[in-house]
Amino acid sequence: MASNKKYWKSEAELNPNDSIVETLKQNEFVQEIPVDEFLGDKETLASSSTNRRDFLKYVGFSTAAASLAACEGPVIKTIPYVVQPENIIPGVANYYATTIANGFDFASVLVKTREGRPIKIENNTDAKVMGSANARVHASVLSLYDSTRLQGPTTNGEGVSWKTLDVDVKAKLSALKDSGKQIALLTQTYASPSTSRLIAEFSEANGNVNHVVYDAISEDAALNAFEAKYGERALADYDFEKADVIVSFGADFLSDWQGGGYDSGYAKGRVPKHGKMSRHIQIEANMSLTGANADKRIPLIPSQQKIALAKLFGKLNNSNVGGAVSESVDKALDAIVKEIGKAGSRAVVVTGLDDENAQAVVLAINEMLRSEAYDTAAPKYIRKGNVKAVNALIADMKAGKVGALITDGVNPMYSLPNAADFAEGIKNVELSVVFSSNKNETTEVAQYVAAASHYLESWGDAQLKKGHYSLMQPTIKELFDTRQFQSALLQWMGSDKSYYDYIKETWSADILGESEWNKTLHDGVFVGAMPSIDALTETVVEEEGTEVSAITSISSAVSSLANTSSAGMELTLYSKVGMGDGQQASNPWLQEFPDPITRVSWDNYVTISKADALALGFVNENVANGGLDGSYAKMTVNGVVLENVPVIIQPGQAKGSLGLSFGYGKEVGMKKEMQNGVNAFALYQGFSNTQAVTIEKSAGMHEFACVQLHKTLMGRGDIIKETTLEVFNTKDHSEWNPVPQVSLNHNEVPATSVDLWDSFDRSIGHHFNLSIDLNACTGCGACVIACHAENNVPVVGKEEIRKSRDMHWLRIDRYYSSEDTFEEDDIKKDNFDGLSGDKGSLSGFAELEDPSENPQVAFQPVMCQHCNHAPCETVCPVAATSHGRQGQNHMAYNRCVGTRYCANNCPYKVRRFNWFLYNNNDEFDYNMNNDLGKMVINPDVVVRSRGVMEKCSFCIQATQAVILQAKREGRVVANGEFNDAVACSAACSSGAMRFGDVNEEGSVISELVKDERAYHLLEHVGTKPNVVYQVKVRNTNEA
Amino acid sequence: MKKVLDRNQIFRNLGINLVVFLLFFSASLFAQDVPSDGDPINGKKLFNQNCAACHSLDRKMTGPVLANVESRLAEDEGLDREWLYTWIKNSPGMIKSGDAYANKIYEEYSKAAMTPFPTFSNADIDDILAYTAATPAVPVVVNGGPGPGGEVQPSGLSNELILGALVLVFGLLVVMLFLVNKTLKSIVSANGVVLEKEKRLPIWKAFAKNQFLVLVTSILLLLTSAYFAYGWMMQIGVDQGYAPVQPIHFSHKVHAGDNKIECKYCHSSARVSKTSGVPSLNVCMNCHKSIYQYQGNPEGPTREDLANGYTNDFYTAEIKKLYEAVGWDEENQKYTGETKAVEWVRVHNLPDFAYFNHSQHVTVAGIDCQTCHGPVEEMDIVEQYAPLTMGWCISCHRETNVKVEGNEYYAKIHAELSKKYGVEQLTAAQMGGMECGKCHY
Repeated sequence: MASNKKYWKSEAELNPNDSIVETLKQNEFVQEIPVDEFLGDKETLASSSTNRRDFLKYVGFSTAAASLAACEGPVIKTIPYVVQPENIIPGVANYYATTIANGFDFASVLVKTREGRPIKIENNTDAKVMGSANARVHASVLSLYDSTRLQGPTTNGEGVSWKTLDVDVKAKLSALKDSGKQIALLTQTYASPSTSRLIAEFSEANGNVNHVVYDAISEDAALNAFEAKYGERALADYDFEKADVIVSFGADFLSDWQGGGYDSGYAKGRVPKHGKMSRHIQIEANMSLTGANADKRIPLIPSQQKIALAKLFGKLNNSNVGGAVSESVDKALDAIVKEIGKAGSRAVVVTGLDDENAQAVVLAINEMLRSEAYDTAAPKYIRKGNVKAVNALIADMKAGKVGALITDGVNPMYSLPNAADFAEGIKNVELSVVFSSNKNETTEVAQYVAAASHYLESWGDAQLKKGHYSLMQPTIKELFDTRQFQSALLQWMGSDKSYYDYIKETWSADILGESEWNKTLHDGVFVGAMPSIDALTETVVEEEGTEVSAITSISSAVSSLANTSSAGMELTLYSKVGMGDGQQASNPWLQEFPDPITRVSWDNYVTISKADALALGFVNENVANGGLDGSYAKMTVNGVVLENVPVIIQPGQAKGSLGLSFGYGKEVGMKKEMQNGVNAFALYQGFSNTQAVTIEKSAGMHEFACVQLHKTLMGRGDIIKETTLEVFNTKDHSEWNPVPQVSLNHNEVPATSVDLWDSFDRSIGHHFNLSIDLNACTGCGACVIACHAENNVPVVGKEEIRKSRDMHWLRIDRYYSSEDTFEEDDIKKDNFDGLSGDKGSLSGFAELEDPSENPQVAFQPVMCQHCNHAPCETVCPVAATSHGRQGQNHMAYNRCVGTRYCANNCPYKVRRFNWFLYNNNDEFDYNMNNDLGKMVINPDVVVRSRGVMEKCSFCIQATQAVILQAKREGRVVANGEFNDAVACSAACSSGAMRFGDVNEEGSVISELVKDERAYHLLEHVGTKPNVVYQVKVRNTNEA
Repeated sequence: MKKVLDRNQIFRNLGINLVVFLLFFSASLFAQDVPSDGDPINGKKLFNQNCAACHSLDRKMTGPVLANVESRLAEDEGLDREWLYTWIKNSPGMIKSGDAYANKIYEEYSKAAMTPFPTFSNADIDDILAYTAATPAVPVVVNGGPGPGGEVQPSGLSNELILGALVLVFGLLVVMLFLVNKTLKSIVSANGVVLEKEKRLPIWKAFAKNQFLVLVTSILLLLTSAYFAYGWMMQIGVDQGYAPVQPIHFSHKVHAGDNKIECKYCHSSARVSKTSGVPSLNVCMNCHKSIYQYQGNPEGPTREDLANGYTNDFYTAEIKKLYEAVGWDEENQKYTGETKAVEWVRVHNLPDFAYFNHSQHVTVAGIDCQTCHGPVEEMDIVEQYAPLTMGWCISCHRETNVKVEGNEYYAKIHAELSKKYGVEQLTAAQMGGMECGKCHY
């Protein structure tokens, strides 16, 4: 029975003549479908002879052809060497000791090569000094395979042969010899005895050579202060292991302060031994890695830090020093003085303030304390930059006094605050040669661009610290037509020596003494004879002569520090752990490396305190698509404006201060994906890391790629267990490291005693465990990059990171406390009562989400926990993930069908899904998309395809290799062999991560898992992980 | 058929032996002309052991040509056998002493001093000289394959004969059946019986009507096709028997089989590495510097070889390919430096997601190469012997006992595990060799 009812769709239908109604009747779609967009314009469509049936035929045929073709295996070629090098066995890795000395990072390292390709950097444990690689050094192997590298020398943008370049340069240099104009060498810090000798010889040969050392991020103040006091342009060395009390005024010594490399010594002092650990007080403006690790952190703007430092000096000397600090700071200073007094020579004070007076005062304090951690007899040579000389050179260039400018390892057009002056100056220079591995801002303005070799392709040497020498050797032949600066200098001097011979000559003459060259080259490091006693007394005599003037200069330094005035906002410029001075900005591993503090990757940003953000209207918000957005700011320093700087609200940032990191905002010669952030060097006026700045809001919101949106621990004290040294020393571990309780038959029982599953007997064979000491972990992130390199972890790019699709197998979670300490968070949560009200959990939890003004910070590296009762294994429908007897949770990629059940069932959220094919895919134009970048791939680990799950494997390829080697040699596995094979534990120079076999008698790990501090993450879940954490102990003892 | 062939072989061998005998006889006859009483047979042995690396009878190598060296020296330089004794036993001494010809030859061969052989007795040297004086034995090439016996026709015929006879018998039987049937029918019709033909449904219609039968048949059909489809699909990516043509016809049969070269002499990295390694060309040159032509087995190429075209000349041409690739100048006996990589076609291709380590199996487990690679020493062209499927790997891991003897590594774990499982010998699987992550990472 049909209905005659008519349903009106709109009022317009009442009018029968309405044209719209008529059209709608004929057309299903209101809007025209944009067929043309994907089919092309009508004409081409009409002219095409393919009709629908033909199309279907094509589809059918090509599908059939493709599937048939897929059945046939491809022909794979295998090409042996014609003459196989004696030391290369295909499939067996070779290790070479070398040294990175790129002007910013200095370290003695081991390079793992496979079939002649360097594929990984490892720590050189033989090195007594700077033998550990940080995140950037670990990533430097990828910079070798950077597809944007310069492949040969150029002049005015066109390729040129080295021969022509040599002829031209030589001709110009000899012409300049008599012109009276100077030949300027503007270089990085080399700390190289051979290069020093070479430059001296070059000067002699060419006359009027002016060698200017330029550090992009200057340590000029510290160098000047040290030079004034000790007569040598160097940096004092510190051994934080020997300090019981560490007081730092804005020194981020766990990352790049004065060249870095202090974290392993620091970490050793932080592990409670016999009831003792060091106490670390950090006074700083930005929340730095060092501040995050401190026992007590006092946020203070830089000008106040200076006054506080002056006051500390005064208090230590019982003299009155002017200047005003707040009462609380004054009190804190009193406490610090007490603690220092108690520790005596076991105390050390450091500062990162770019102020000669501050540096001088610190040196004076350490000298006064006779600090054991303070070493001036063998200072460090890894920073030599001279601001005065750089400025003088630019002035000379502008005045036309410079005939030739040769630069190496520096990018002044990018990193100079007054780059415009440099650009103007270089126009007046008759010959400019720029050595650079990549096209950059400076190569753009140079006449000749000399393609420089990577350090893994070069010979070199370094004296990192007085008496501590290192050698650099090539681990691969130059990939391109490149040359290192030193070889070029030799060539231009008319010498036919190779730089290798030159180094050998220098070493056998001045350094080696009786020692053998080959052995030294093998070891990579050499400890020379320490300066003779004569030389020492000489300097002492010198000191006595200047003592009086030193005292007066110190008192004037203190008073000028005390008189520091401040106006408006104060900006502290810093270098990020992942980017440093920006030399490796085109390195995708480093771009994707999340900053340990903000957990933001692919960006730099200005950090601001919450109070200031509120006052100025800056916001950070998590938006619907799961990303973090932040306001833009306009920053002005002394008339220099930086537009569109993204803002991050940083807990712990001192009120009235801002922070901005160097290294970003590079554009020239970079792939589009790599051009991120703003160039902070523009604000680096007068090479001072503190600047008076004005900041205002600009329109728009910035999209961050932040991997951790949740900032606080929400009072979940069982995730990061913490205690104080006092409790740790006095109470039983069941109090500060309690086993979680669960209810069984209405009785509270320890969670470890309840088990849904039958346990396997794991006492036979190897059983791997990883211990992570939260006390020793500084959050430096070296393990993250080492893991990337070892396991072929893909780079996914900013967009994907923003969607939380990061692929890091190992992440370092960073948590802030919501109250002043984590303990107070726990108490607050435990005291929740009801849903609403003062103690209501609804509002209470909301409050707990907010980090405190000056929070406690904790780092926790999390990777697959390799649970013995793994929740992921039980839900996999295809048994792609399964458990091995050795304790490893296996992942058979080719079995995985990508249901992602495992990731959803993992309580630790450590499984990573390949949403896309990240190799050979133009959408992800990073290292795995070009042949060069693929050379870094570890051949022992599969490159995963799209649609499969992956995760930390406990480096099973490495543990298996160790076992196999032992089998081949017919011996048991030696102590520590596993630890040194696994990427993260081998990279961890602080000793926070220890890997090994718990069934091996007397192994470090078997002790660690039984330690009183040991606990498992989310123990109450009953997953029985094979990763153990060690309770974090804070030294809150105030003197 | 086989027997006849063998007899033929015997005839041929006899013939060859006769020729060889005659040759030796003539050689010894000839030998009486020169002042030599050495034994060329022992000489040949000594020559091959000690001299062949640098000298050849008819070809300049690291050292000079040695055929008729004594007579040539006597004629050209007036040097006698005594000179040769001293030279061979202590050539450096002779050069030092300033002997003119010694120094001349030293200079001529780019100052490559000859290894002194102080252990040789004069008799040994006599033997060697006897060998060099004898005309190099012309290899008895019996071109044209079969010996004088001619083709082996009869045996083929006899087979066909039997078959033919059988066919004939069957044919006769069929004819007989027809005849019997016909006779019976005619008898029936003669008796007046009318054979009534029942009207029956055509068989296919009856079949279609019987639903049960249809069901059973279709299930059967489906099962059979599923069986074959599965079998076919399991073959995808399994390249057992894959024997690609290689850029150089390298015969493992000649090297590992005929000449009994140990596999790991060339594939040395199998001992220590994940890969067995295709030997680099400099390894080939270790031998092929002096082995510049293929002389085959003394009996000449077999029929099989000939059928494939593997004549001596063919193999010699392949050696020249090696020289070209490695850049070896045969004339001047030195490397030109112009090299060319050889692009072998890989025969055994494991997928990337499977990790296989040769050293684990070769060095630790002591497994013969042939276990997985088959009788390579019999292969002219290498082929993939094993299926290289996961099932194949696993079944071996299940069945094979771990070789624990004398390996300190296994001492503890073997004791504990064998106690746990209550067995004497542990298989690789019990050792954990079947866990996914042991091969897939």
